[in-house]
Amino acid sequence: MSSSPSDTRPRGGKGPKRDGTDSAADPLRPSDHVDGQEGVASPSLGVVGWLRWGWRQLTSMRTALVLLLILAIAAIPGSIFPQRMADPNGVTQWKTDNPDLFPILDAMQLFDVYLSAWFSAIYLLLFLSLIGCVIPRIRHHVKALRTRPPRTPIRLQRLDDHREAVREVPGGDAEAAAKSAIDIAEKQLRALRYRVERYDDKRGFSVSAERGYARETGNLVFHLAILGVLVAVGVGGGFSHTGQRVMVEGTSFVNTLLDYSSMNRGRFVSDGDLTPYRMTLDSFDVTYQPFGSAASGQAGDFSANVTVATPEGEPRKESVRVNHPLDVAGDKIYLLGNGYAPTITVRDAQGKVVFTDPVPFLPQNNNTMTSLGVVKIPDGLPQQLGMVGFFYPTAAPLETGALTSVYPALINPTLTLNVYAGDLGIDDGTPRSVYVLDPTDMTQLTGGDTGVDSIELTPGQTAQLPNGMGSVTFENEAPAGAKDYSESVKRYVSLQVHHDGSAVWVLVFALLALGGLLLALFVPRRRMWVKAVADGGTVRLEYAGLARGEDPTLAAAVDDLAASHARLLDADGGTSAPATPDDTPNPRK
Amino acid sequence: MELDSLSVLLIWTAIAIYAAAFVAYAFDLARRSQLASDRKLAAAQLVERELVGAAVAGSSVSTARTGGASGSERTAKDGAVKGGTAEEAPRRFVMARIGTSLTVLGFVFHLGGTVLRGIAAERVPWSNMYEFAMTGTLLIVAVYLAVNLWADLKYLGTFILGLIVVLLGGAALGFYVQVVPLSDPLKSVWLVIHVFVASLGTAFFALAFALSVLQLIQMRRESRILAGAEKTGPRFLATLPTAERMEGLAYRFATVGFIFWTFTLIAGAIWAQDAWGRYWGFDTKETWTFIIWVLYAGYIHARATRGWRGARSAWLSIVGFTAVLFNFTIVNMFFKGLHVYSGLN
Repeated sequence: MSSSPSDTRPRGGKGPKRDGTDSAADPLRPSDHVDGQEGVASPSLGVVGWLRWGWRQLTSMRTALVLLLILAIAAIPGSIFPQRMADPNGVTQWKTDNPDLFPILDAMQLFDVYLSAWFSAIYLLLFLSLIGCVIPRIRHHVKALRTRPPRTPIRLQRLDDHREAVREVPGGDAEAAAKSAIDIAEKQLRALRYRVERYDDKRGFSVSAERGYARETGNLVFHLAILGVLVAVGVGGGFSHTGQRVMVEGTSFVNTLLDYSSMNRGRFVSDGDLTPYRMTLDSFDVTYQPFGSAASGQAGDFSANVTVATPEGEPRKESVRVNHPLDVAGDKIYLLGNGYAPTITVRDAQGKVVFTDPVPFLPQNNNTMTSLGVVKIPDGLPQQLGMVGFFYPTAAPLETGALTSVYPALINPTLTLNVYAGDLGIDDGTPRSVYVLDPTDMTQLTGGDTGVDSIELTPGQTAQLPNGMGSVTFENEAPAGAKDYSESVKRYVSLQVHHDGSAVWVLVFALLALGGLLLALFVPRRRMWVKAVADGGTVRLEYAGLARGEDPTLAAAVDDLAASHARLLDADGGTSAPATPDDTPNPRK
Repeated sequence: MELDSLSVLLIWTAIAIYAAAFVAYAFDLARRSQLASDRKLAAAQLVERELVGAAVAGSSVSTARTGGASGSERTAKDGAVKGGTAEEAPRRFVMARIGTSLTVLGFVFHLGGTVLRGIAAERVPWSNMYEFAMTGTLLIVAVYLAVNLWADLKYLGTFILGLIVVLLGGAALGFYVQVVPLSDPLKSVWLVIHVFVASLGTAFFALAFALSVLQLIQMRRESRILAGAEKTGPRFLATLPTAERMEGLAYRFATVGFIFWTFTLIAGAIWAQDAWGRYWGFDTKETWTFIIWVLYAGYIHARATRGWRGARSAWLSIVGFTAVLFNFTIVNMFFKGLHVYSGLN
């Protein structure tokens, strides 16, 4: 992970290739190639020696690579098993479906893969390995940045990418012509953004040049930025909080811990950290694809229209839409879901209202909005009363006589209720979901096998409860004089309020990583040398290039250098190309 | 609706032309086998005639060892020239050229079908499985053709076109859905960017994958030659670049793909932050995108690790692309998650 992604040097970059195990069998190496030191007695190591050895192993490229591959494999189970962080209901369902296997897999943390000890161990080791590698590389790179290009090798022809040329000197002073040729080459290389250094001695004139330091810089930036992403995520998690809240049209919510349906907060978030703004849901817009079209009933253009009042500012009208979260006081407010909340009123036998409220019903099918809801009436009636209801925005009978919804808009809204009487199971303080009725200690009075039909209501209708307990009304919320049912039932939205100041830092580090990656992969790091030796009445020129890391265009670069140098020399006029083009064989062609 | 029917027609025409191109490329491979054995024969005759024997006998083996974009063609010519055998005409892989021409023709139909689909849907043509496959394969062909302007990779034609015919044909058969309006979460500029860049990354990974497969086959042949084995596998391999050259090319494509993939991850996170209220949540599709990223990161590091160059890194590239295909098909269709845009029920 920590070496230059394309650098063939070992980590630490301390010189030519070393280590390696299985190259003895490598057919591309000469048979006398000695690699590795089998049979060499290793010196005995003390504690420090072993620690040092362990650190070396951990920070070696091979370990980093293996850890990367293990990380990829370890991430797979999290996509196979439902995860508590992404899909808590899926985990509950899995537990119900596989009661025997669940405890075993749960003990292996397979439902919290990305928070598990073993997954964490892998990526922490990986990051430790990365740090252990990046630090010496930074030191090395800082040194390299200050170092001048190295002395020109004496035998340039030993390099793979090597060109030669001979030029005649009409004037006669070959020594001066050689010097000026190198002067020109120096300027040329400098213009190509090489760092150059002259090495003139009695053997000849030469310029040594190096470029592409940005490759290693980019490489280091990439790895440090990846560390930055992890740190920003880790630290940011401690300061972030996420809450969910269901709001029915016309109701308000205040951003305090008490007012949330549920809330997750980081360990550093205290009770007073929330800005106490107030938000009112004025209305909720949605459009449905027309009945009978290709995507009949598909919903879209959701918009929760809200009024927000912050402690200091004037109330303002805003909307929360999908892909367009609302910014309030550093919080982002998202629209997660929506549904119908039929207003239900229950009266006792004397006609006294014991319950009246819009009740959010959970959509069971997004294309038809058949919804399921529960009403619980703990007080005010002779017995505790529970009602499980289905709401059909556009009800139509199935062949069996049962109702279903055929379209999600309010065309023929109908509510059916099954009534249960008995003990709701909430008196002893056991937390119960408001969306689920536990019928264990209750008697069903309507629907199902009771022989009594379910209560079936359209907006504005009232039905008597069984056993003369009272009555239930499905209120019509439409304004007086409405011609259809389109406004007869209130809608609700489910909002998520998210506060995470670290997200922007994660983005900054991610973009830095991307930038670093571009440099590290596409900037070639190479050395170039041009050497000129006076030889009688001619100047012998040598060009050579050496790749430092992956550099597929080096040969072309050396060709270009030699060609344009020749052009510059022609223009200069101090030397001339031989009458017959020099047929120096190019080793590459 | 009319436009969409026309689009379907164009896509099927493109599939048919691609299939023809695949056949032409397959004939090209057969022709290469023929050439390779002819050359071997010619070389043997030259040795007998004691002409510059050493130089040419080497050429039949060293052909594959020479780098260069069209190294094989050039070396074949060089061999002919140096050997002084005037009757040996310059090598031109005619069937490969026919294959490429057909591919270009197919690409035009494919592009037309894709654009019409976009016009019919009044949005970018990549927002369900059918359209992803359509655009993704279009990009693979586009990248393949564009790369061929820069370096001769026509020997990959059989692999690439085979892949295209299977993917596009499979999508047209199995994934076709009518044009429907976008669901709300998809109404975002990030649909244009995120999905397009992901498809582009996939295209580069596909080329790297094809090269890695060929590299492994070529490596087997090279080690057999070095071991002095009689049979060295399919003869057309002799006209292909060396395993080392193919590894280098595969690496270059994979790095470009990796850059795009990294960008896909970042763009996806920005979109997720807007659409789902968090930038990362280990949704199944996110997880697999991450797995693929890590696999290719491993691949890039393998190039710099002793003992991991060559076969092992080629296998990593193959595993990586398999994961890409898995992510596109199995994860989209069978894994539960938030990326439920396959359009299939």
